[in-house]
Amino acid sequence: MLSSILAHAPALQTVIPLVAAPLCVLIGQRNIAWGITVLASLLTACVSVFLMMETLDGSVISYHLGGWAPPLGIEYRVDIVNAFVLFIVGMTGALVAIYARASIEREIDPDLHVYFYTAYLLCLTGLLGVTITGDAFNVFVFLEISSLSTYTLVALGAGRDQRALTASYNYLIMGTIGATFFVIGIGFLYMMTGTLNMADLAERIANMGDNRVIRVAFVFILVGIGLKLAMFPLHLWLPNAYSYAPSVVSVFLAATATKVAVYVLLRFAFTVFGFDYPFQAATLSWVLMPLALIAMFAMSIVAIFQSDLKRMLAYSSVAQIGYILLGVSMLSKPGLMAGIIHLFNHAVTKGALFMAVGIFVLRYGSSRIEDLRGAGRTMPWTAAAFVAGGLGLIGVPLTTGFISKWYLITAAFESNDWWLALLIVGSSLIAVFYVWRVVEALYLAEPEGKPAVSSAPLSMVLPTWALVLASLYFGIDAELTSKAASTAADLLIEATQFDSPAEPAKAVPGAIGAAANGE
Amino acid sequence: MFEDLTLDFIIQRYNYWMVIILMVTGLYIVVSRGNLVKKVIGLNLFQTAVFMLYISIGKVIGGTAPIYTDNPDEVYSNPLPHVLILTAIVVGVATMAVGMALIVRIRERYGTIEEDEIAEIEQKLDRQEAA
Repeated sequence: MLSSILAHAPALQTVIPLVAAPLCVLIGQRNIAWGITVLASLLTACVSVFLMMETLDGSVISYHLGGWAPPLGIEYRVDIVNAFVLFIVGMTGALVAIYARASIEREIDPDLHVYFYTAYLLCLTGLLGVTITGDAFNVFVFLEISSLSTYTLVALGAGRDQRALTASYNYLIMGTIGATFFVIGIGFLYMMTGTLNMADLAERIANMGDNRVIRVAFVFILVGIGLKLAMFPLHLWLPNAYSYAPSVVSVFLAATATKVAVYVLLRFAFTVFGFDYPFQAATLSWVLMPLALIAMFAMSIVAIFQSDLKRMLAYSSVAQIGYILLGVSMLSKPGLMAGIIHLFNHAVTKGALFMAVGIFVLRYGSSRIEDLRGAGRTMPWTAAAFVAGGLGLIGVPLTTGFISKWYLITAAFESNDWWLALLIVGSSLIAVFYVWRVVEALYLAEPEGKPAVSSAPLSMVLPTWALVLASLYFGIDAELTSKAASTAADLLIEATQFDSPAEPAKAVPGAIGAAANGE
Repeated sequence: MFEDLTLDFIIQRYNYWMVIILMVTGLYIVVSRGNLVKKVIGLNLFQTAVFMLYISIGKVIGGTAPIYTDNPDEVYSNPLPHVLILTAIVVGVATMAVGMALIVRIRERYGTIEEDEIAEIEQKLDRQEAA
């Protein structure tokens, strides 16, 4: 019984939250809706753990949707690269679901709670779908499912601050432009190859060699995904969206949405276009790397001058994405590995930080640094959680941040770019400033007023500490993360040698069957 | 690099030219207009241009609709891009709906849908917060 269910684990990964989402609206009771959300996201998390355990040794699960064999049908292809990202999304998804109830109590109008849970589950579905699918057009469809629900989630912050509406609107405009660029890229690839299956695309592109259309496709995909992952000059939607969204939405987006977009970039850049594609190598090292470096410095400096805690963390997120992209753009196995490790570590750290901020907002009704003066004494546990997360951002030993930076610096030395190592250390020092500003306000200032709410509910404190402890645990024992990242990096580099799909690809004009791509 | 850029080359690819013009017009509207509704319409135009790109590449000259006939020499147009675009149209409509719904809410809270007036109100809010 169980084994026959587990055989469909890849499908269940997206189906569970997708089915649960409309149930929340249909039932219409917010407490029951919360129960459904927690149950669905816990099940999803279990499935993601199962998939990760199955693929940790480097094996690949290929699931044919509806029994249609790829490359004509849609394939869900799980290897350690996306299983690792599924694990991140699944785990954060479950913790955020538990955390959500108490947090939205004060931030969102009770009548809207049911819709919050629905949008949240749809967003989860979208993010998991983007990660798990092996079909290029399917990525777009899931990307839009997650984006449209994200716009709604961000706009729900209007109960607290009307600027959430304009933040959401601007995100909608930029996000849609990004997604449309991505589709243009896919369209060019389809024109050249006549297929949408990623493994199949990789093979055909490798056989075709370099040409102008493939280059244009690559650039469109890079820019489109760059918008979604807040790559430095394309990050303008992010600070407003993170700071005006309800706290719990900020947690979820910061920990998962941008990470999933980074995964899509990795998948396309390395699996589809091939690790050794010269045009891509040039673009990554001459365009992406400088942008990543600018992000690391400029955004960390901007973060120092923010008066709002959420906005500060948002800018810091753009900077941290810079580290991930820096690792990726080194175009070496250690660099890629460092990028993937930081993807995980940053998700955990930023998730914990935003959760702590959510508790501050619950008790003080504000996330402005000056309103939180002396909170270290009135709420020691939450403040301690924030400090632990902050240390992780700086990269102090015994936190995950240290592990990430250790791998990044090692990768820099291995490719003889000692100046990169200097820059990494230098930008980490800037993080000391913005984290210190908060620590100073929390611990060294006299408490001004009493918090409006006397104590934070356990359903918020426990998920926060779960993430904080995870960030400390993986900072000490990085075996699981480094093993997963190392296997993932190997898979991405060797991606062009994927085992060929079940159907002989050349014989089919790549057109007729994949109609399942439709609705 | 441009030695193959003859008049024939340009005319044969007229579908691309139309798509490019439509696409750039859409993007230009998004960037240049201050009215939120016009921006969403521009965005929709931009998306529609991409739909046209997909649909036009699926066309085979002399091909009919892909419905099976007994004639073995029948040439069919490629239906896959059309099916993909059906999905993309749904996505486009949903995006437009969410965008319009947001605009309604913005109008309720700000009393305007002009970008510069909204920016003014938001600056005022920022200043109040800082004070």
